[in-house]
Amino acid sequence: MPKLITASRFADPDSAYVALVSARRNLSDAEAAALDARLVLILANHIGDLDVLAEAIALAKQAP
Amino acid sequence: MSPARRAVYRYDYRRSPDQDARAVARHPVVVVGAGPVGLAVAIDLAQRGVPVVQLDDADRIGEGSRGICWSKRTLEILDRLGVGARLVAQGVTWKLGRVFCGDELLFSFDLLPEEGHKMPAFINLQQFYLEKALVDRAREFEKLDLRWKNRLVGLERRNDGARLTIGTPDGPYELDAEWLIAADGARSAVRRFLGLDFAGVTFEDKFLIADVRMAADFPTERRFWFAPTFHSGQSALMHRQPDDVWRIDLQLGPEADAQAEQEPERVRARLAKLLAPNAFEQEWVSVYTFNCRRLDHFVHGRVIFIGDAAHQVSPFGARGANSGIQDAENLAWKLAAVLKGEGSEALIASYDLERIQAADENIRHSTRSTDFMSPHSTAERRLRDAVLALAPKVEFARRMVNSGRLSLPSVYDSPLSTPDESPFAGAAKLGGPLPDAPLTGPDGTPVHLLESLRGEFALVCVKNGANGSARPRVPDGIAAIVIGEDLFDREGLFARRLDATPGAAYLVRPDQHLCARWRRFEAAKVAAARTRALGR
Repeated sequence: MPKLITASRFADPDSAYVALVSARRNLSDAEAAALDARLVLILANHIGDLDVLAEAIALAKQAP
Repeated sequence: MSPARRAVYRYDYRRSPDQDARAVARHPVVVVGAGPVGLAVAIDLAQRGVPVVQLDDADRIGEGSRGICWSKRTLEILDRLGVGARLVAQGVTWKLGRVFCGDELLFSFDLLPEEGHKMPAFINLQQFYLEKALVDRAREFEKLDLRWKNRLVGLERRNDGARLTIGTPDGPYELDAEWLIAADGARSAVRRFLGLDFAGVTFEDKFLIADVRMAADFPTERRFWFAPTFHSGQSALMHRQPDDVWRIDLQLGPEADAQAEQEPERVRARLAKLLAPNAFEQEWVSVYTFNCRRLDHFVHGRVIFIGDAAHQVSPFGARGANSGIQDAENLAWKLAAVLKGEGSEALIASYDLERIQAADENIRHSTRSTDFMSPHSTAERRLRDAVLALAPKVEFARRMVNSGRLSLPSVYDSPLSTPDESPFAGAAKLGGPLPDAPLTGPDGTPVHLLESLRGEFALVCVKNGANGSARPRVPDGIAAIVIGEDLFDREGLFARRLDATPGAAYLVRPDQHLCARWRRFEAAKVAAARTRALGR
């Protein structure tokens, strides 16, 4: 049974996207990449489930 | 591009008696500009018995489709103004959108997935046809004096109105307006005369907009492409219009040369990649950039700004002309009520408040769409491309894909509304326009809810089976519609959309926005809610 939720969960997905875009506005490419790495670690820990994390990694690797 | 638009319809300049008057003529309302927004407000005021003088610097309705997508709420307003059926018959009705990335379909969306509405989600219709319908309608009102080739050349604000200087082929003349409505578009002369700041964000990307005539059987949908294979730019948009005309919008990027991009051979080459093997003729082409901005206030004493004169957005989402027509509807009943002494000038302040809320909502959506289509940096583009890459696989990413969030009416958080005493579910929102619903008359004739609300305050009540047939005694100045007596909710959609229970009552403003509702009718509460909605 997959445990990863891929249905939309934000009431307003546009606002969530804007939050992620705004976080990197005016950052250099390297700064933005470092930010993303920290974000991945923070969110992975928040999820706190290795099965979900493995599914998320697999999904991310599938996309072109 | 030639600087002047070719005329599609031409109107004659006529000398007004005001030009020969010994004293400066004074009018309750002067509207500057006879585009869709100016015409809508002038007709709405005329329908309410307010005499209007309307000035336009041209003598024509010009070529070019410009605005083409007219939203459901706009059509409901235009229906109340008497041209809805004509426009729907003339336009191309659509409600489906499809979004592609490259050649792959990412997803489709349906803008009106339910039945029981008089008006469709959208029609596409060339702006000049809409303007023609409105001019025809305007000419039916004796007290709507539409003056072509009358250009505003001077403006002096006064406490009780404004004095205008107007240039005509016969030379200038002066007019006094108790109220001046500036509907004179993005390059508003009124705004310039008042020296008002019109600050905001200018987007650097240039877009090619082209209308072509072509016999093709592409579907009647809004089609949007990210990274299309037929165009080296970043996005493309295609819409169908009447007369076998198609609108194509291509993102060119910030470096494009606006003059060179409009050369017919260059345009043809770009379009052929999308349209081949269909043969097509070019009807109209333009290159544009856009701004998202608004005036700090739309009301400046007795001068009131509406439409593009007050605010501008990008075209993605059909939020320009549609929001302008919604400005017109918001203002018309309020100004009429003030002129008749029924409403206080606080009503005019509520126009400023409510329509600034709407403008900010439009600017927010428009800015987000634009940022999604034109990422600001490599890092932003990477995030955007990640959304597009995940979109075919997972729903959450599809919901983030933003090719323009299409115009929906605003729900006003307004002092004119009386807060709910008891909870209501359903689609109807306090401060929003009443949702439409299919009803029938006593003889079985189909009637839609919104067409039964003809521009005055109305109390829509549900017959209360328990306490007999006593008709609610509504306060003066309110029309009563009793569901179950005057009109019948056979399909139950009225009840569902308004969460209507026996005895419930809904007070609707003249612009069809809901301003109060109760589970039980009480005349005193209804009267107080109307007083409040009149700004008193």
